[in-house]
Amino acid sequence: MLELLWLIPALPFAGFLVLVLAGNLPRAAAAVVGCASVGLSMLVALGICIQFVNSPPPGDAFTQSIWNWFETAGLSAGVAFHLDALSMVMVMVITGVGFLIHLYSTEYMEDDPGFQRFFAYLNLFVGAMLVLVLADNLVLLLLGWEGVGLCSYLLIGFWYRDSANGRAARKAFVVTRVGDTALLLGLFLLFAELGTLHIQDLLGRASEQWEPGSGVALAAALLLLGGAVGKSAQLPLQTWLPDAMAGPTPVSALIHAATMVTAGVYLIARTNALFELAPAAMLTVAIVGAVTLLAAGFAALVQSDIKRVLAYSTISQLGYMFLALGVGAWSAALFHFMTHALFKALLFLAAGALILSLHHEQNLFRMGGLRKKLPVIFWTFLIGSISLAALPLIGSGFYSKEKILWDVWISPHGGPALWAAGMAGAAITALYTFRMVFLAFFGELRTDVSHRPRGRVAFVLIVLAVLSTIGGGVELPHTFGHVTFFSDFVGTAIETQVALPPGLDAVLWALLAMASLLVVLGTLAAWYLYVKAPGIPERLASSPAGSALHRLWFSGWGFDRVYEALIVIPFRTAARINRRDAIDFIYLATAGLTRALHVVLSETQTGRLRWYALVLTTGTLALILIAFIR
Amino acid sequence: MNLTESSTAFSFLSVLVFAPLVAAAIALVLRDERRVRQWTLLATAAIGVFSLFLLRGFEASTAEFQFVEHREWIPHLGMYYTLGIDGISLLLVLLTTLITPFCVIASWTVVKLRSKEFMICLLIMQTAMTGVFTALDFVLFFIFWEAMLIPMSILIGVWGGPGRVYAAIKFFIYTMAGSVLLIVAIIALRLETGTFSIPALMDQPYDRSFQLWIFGAFFISFAIKVPMFPFHTWLPAAHVEAPTAGSVLLASILLKMGAYGFLRFCLPITPLATIHFAPAILWLSVAAILYGGLTALAQSDLKKIVAYSSVAHMGFATLGIFLLVHHGTIGGALVMINHGVTTGALFIAVGIVYERVHSRDLARAAGLGRQMPIFAFFLGIFCLSSLAFPGTNTFIGEFLVLAGAFETSLILALAIVPGIIVAAAYNLRILQRVAYGGTKNPDHSGVADLGTREILLLTPFLVFILWIGLQPGPFIGLMEASIQNILDIVARSSGALNP
Repeated sequence: MLELLWLIPALPFAGFLVLVLAGNLPRAAAAVVGCASVGLSMLVALGICIQFVNSPPPGDAFTQSIWNWFETAGLSAGVAFHLDALSMVMVMVITGVGFLIHLYSTEYMEDDPGFQRFFAYLNLFVGAMLVLVLADNLVLLLLGWEGVGLCSYLLIGFWYRDSANGRAARKAFVVTRVGDTALLLGLFLLFAELGTLHIQDLLGRASEQWEPGSGVALAAALLLLGGAVGKSAQLPLQTWLPDAMAGPTPVSALIHAATMVTAGVYLIARTNALFELAPAAMLTVAIVGAVTLLAAGFAALVQSDIKRVLAYSTISQLGYMFLALGVGAWSAALFHFMTHALFKALLFLAAGALILSLHHEQNLFRMGGLRKKLPVIFWTFLIGSISLAALPLIGSGFYSKEKILWDVWISPHGGPALWAAGMAGAAITALYTFRMVFLAFFGELRTDVSHRPRGRVAFVLIVLAVLSTIGGGVELPHTFGHVTFFSDFVGTAIETQVALPPGLDAVLWALLAMASLLVVLGTLAAWYLYVKAPGIPERLASSPAGSALHRLWFSGWGFDRVYEALIVIPFRTAARINRRDAIDFIYLATAGLTRALHVVLSETQTGRLRWYALVLTTGTLALILIAFIR
Repeated sequence: MNLTESSTAFSFLSVLVFAPLVAAAIALVLRDERRVRQWTLLATAAIGVFSLFLLRGFEASTAEFQFVEHREWIPHLGMYYTLGIDGISLLLVLLTTLITPFCVIASWTVVKLRSKEFMICLLIMQTAMTGVFTALDFVLFFIFWEAMLIPMSILIGVWGGPGRVYAAIKFFIYTMAGSVLLIVAIIALRLETGTFSIPALMDQPYDRSFQLWIFGAFFISFAIKVPMFPFHTWLPAAHVEAPTAGSVLLASILLKMGAYGFLRFCLPITPLATIHFAPAILWLSVAAILYGGLTALAQSDLKKIVAYSSVAHMGFATLGIFLLVHHGTIGGALVMINHGVTTGALFIAVGIVYERVHSRDLARAAGLGRQMPIFAFFLGIFCLSSLAFPGTNTFIGEFLVLAGAFETSLILALAIVPGIIVAAAYNLRILQRVAYGGTKNPDHSGVADLGTREILLLTPFLVFILWIGLQPGPFIGLMEASIQNILDIVARSSGALNP
């Protein structure tokens, strides 16, 4: 079964090729090709996963080489896949959630004129994402990395008739390319220092050759972090993600919530040995995560567009994953990646169904009271929200977030300050999540419902709701249940884990209780502010300080304006000023001078003898004079 | 290197060089313009296929010149008729012979006036271009080098756009200025060594100060041809005015001659001067990458965007060549080939736009992709290649150059970074505007998508973009030995200096 590994990325690529090359297919055929390619890929992945867990290959990893891409004087890269527990988790989420979202899209996009194009891009995306997580060398990883970026670009701008979408797409590509370039530089640094781009060799050599805390390890880790920050929309490169919501909602669910944006998390987890050699880089990752999770949480509190709330929430949850990575809680980060993929995909898809039911209305303040009208959407959205807010015991988000908070507390890289940021973030998360729920589904009915989700959409929502409820069961806290299936599995790929010191049970119980209390308080606050006394938020927002803060948060802390002023405008101005190519003026001036000289000299050719005689005499006299003076 | 030994019975290269000229002579007597077109296509296609046989006899593991022909020409002046190729010239010869038929196809319907003379110009160009890449005698080289100038100026000046005369004169004067210095250097070398033979000139040790002067003359001549910053301003003018086939020849082949000159003459003949000037040239190349990219971003004429992007891409080529390390120089040479494929394709694409909307303005072309999905697909791949997307040809070349830059100097590598980001910006700008456009697109109803001729025209470019991108091994393998030999010469000379 393991030999079929190559099929996992190959099937979606095949689907893409069929959809692109087959000309205009009937909608049903395009849907079947689009879904079946990813569905088969999921089945293959499932088979491999079962075999991988039951009888792990030697060394807990399996490598398959397809062909030699290029090789010259030691610089070589092949198309080769490396499967271990880390990539297995990623593959299962990508193909599983990917398939469900494909299925959902067959109904969601049914009236769209670009139906076939949509599935082609979506298949291409899944293929590229699988290459990214399976690549055994950094060049192939970069191919997948840029590939998913391209698909993200194509799909954000999918509805191209509105030029704002095109702008958002270009912004996403260019901003993430800033990060990609850092990754590229990191890749060259690693090659120059270690002489290989093969990830496993590279990590091995780094551990042997570099002292912990050495400058070169720090530089390499920070450059990789640059790439991760761009792709995973962390501070300071987070600005593209809220705008990326211009794409169709299934795209937001798949690319901008569940999979592509976690590529940065994957990259850091994949190169964990490198980060462990650079404690300062680890700390940077943790701080980036902590600051991002708070900043994005605050921004989510005031958004009116439901998709933007979810976008900021994604940035914030990715911040949790970075926080976990930064303290060395690798399996906690991956656990949260998995649960987040499930519940955030669910929330986006439910939001998409909601938006479609309301004539493309995305403004939360024009919704309300939809609980009874749209029960399937309401209940699934609620289940997703419970998970996102990490309400105690129910919902998988609780288990993964608690694991992060614990590990931050226990880990030698962590500490109370980072933990406190995570705790504050948990309360904010509960607040903005239930603000969304209460605004959309409670209170008075403000819109009429045009359309209800049918079979496939409802089916996918229910499946995801079930998965995001029970998904947390693969790992239960030490204090109750004590299931360590997930971290044991991930542990086969990443050996270093946050060790649980004995005798901390009482502390852990206390942490658990505090976190749960904060979440419940946040939820109650949301209920009070948006159901019980809805006047309070308005009053807060209209006070002078409140309105300033509201504006700041609403614009996502004003990053866009700062970048616009500091980078975009100077760049554009410089380009515009030099539009005529200043260098050319040197040559034009030379030509002009020649022409002017020509005019002057031809003036002397008058044809008048007296004039010539005068010039001749003057010249002779001048020469004699010069000769005398010298 | 003994050239007389390896003379073959069959003059493969001579046939390749002069077949287009013979074809031009035959075209001259044909009456019907349609016949002339068909004949030119047939002849160039046959030459293209014929040139592929070079690959069968070529031995990639050696840096020796192959297919060598050595005959007496003007012996009492020391001039010989010597042709030969190594790994570097082989790919450039193939690029020339394979691109020309597509230039003919690209001009099939566009060139209506005097199409017979147009085709004859193309054929003469091909002889001169192939000659430049195969000549191993400096005088012979110079003759081909100069011979190219006249048909190219005519192509721009007769079949060009409204500002064609200005552009043709600018092109001519710029290149002539370089040629003057080149002939001075050739004569100086002859006076020093008594030979015009290029392989013989490579073997000589020269005085360092002599090398500096020779290099200076070579450099200006070749830098104008590349064109390197700040000698690039003839290029946008020439591209904007030239007909599609002219732009393709300019971008794909003519620009390569400057970089070829660096590899063939500057590095092996004046290695000490090369090492001396390399740092400055590296920074000029970085300037070209940044300046070309930034200026491309501000243009609204499609051809100008591609022209300035050429300046940036060729900056990568010269950067790689003058890094003087294996990855860098191989990468630089590969960038030359890649640029030939990708930019040629982009100019043909712009030509297709121009045929449809009679303008190259980005605003007029906005949203064409809605009527032309097949064209949008091709354009998308070409733009991705131009922005060095992994999996396309340009990625491999620029990747190797960057790897070389990193081995040489960190600051240098960092300085290129804005150029990489800008490349994404201007290529996406083309793609976005032409393929999708916005809300206020001009009316393109009635515009037809690509016809069979155009699909056949663009497909080979697509194939090479992906082929070199996914399997560059064979292409690198052909050049590797020759480039390593040149780098060894440079290394030996610097070793002789500081033992």
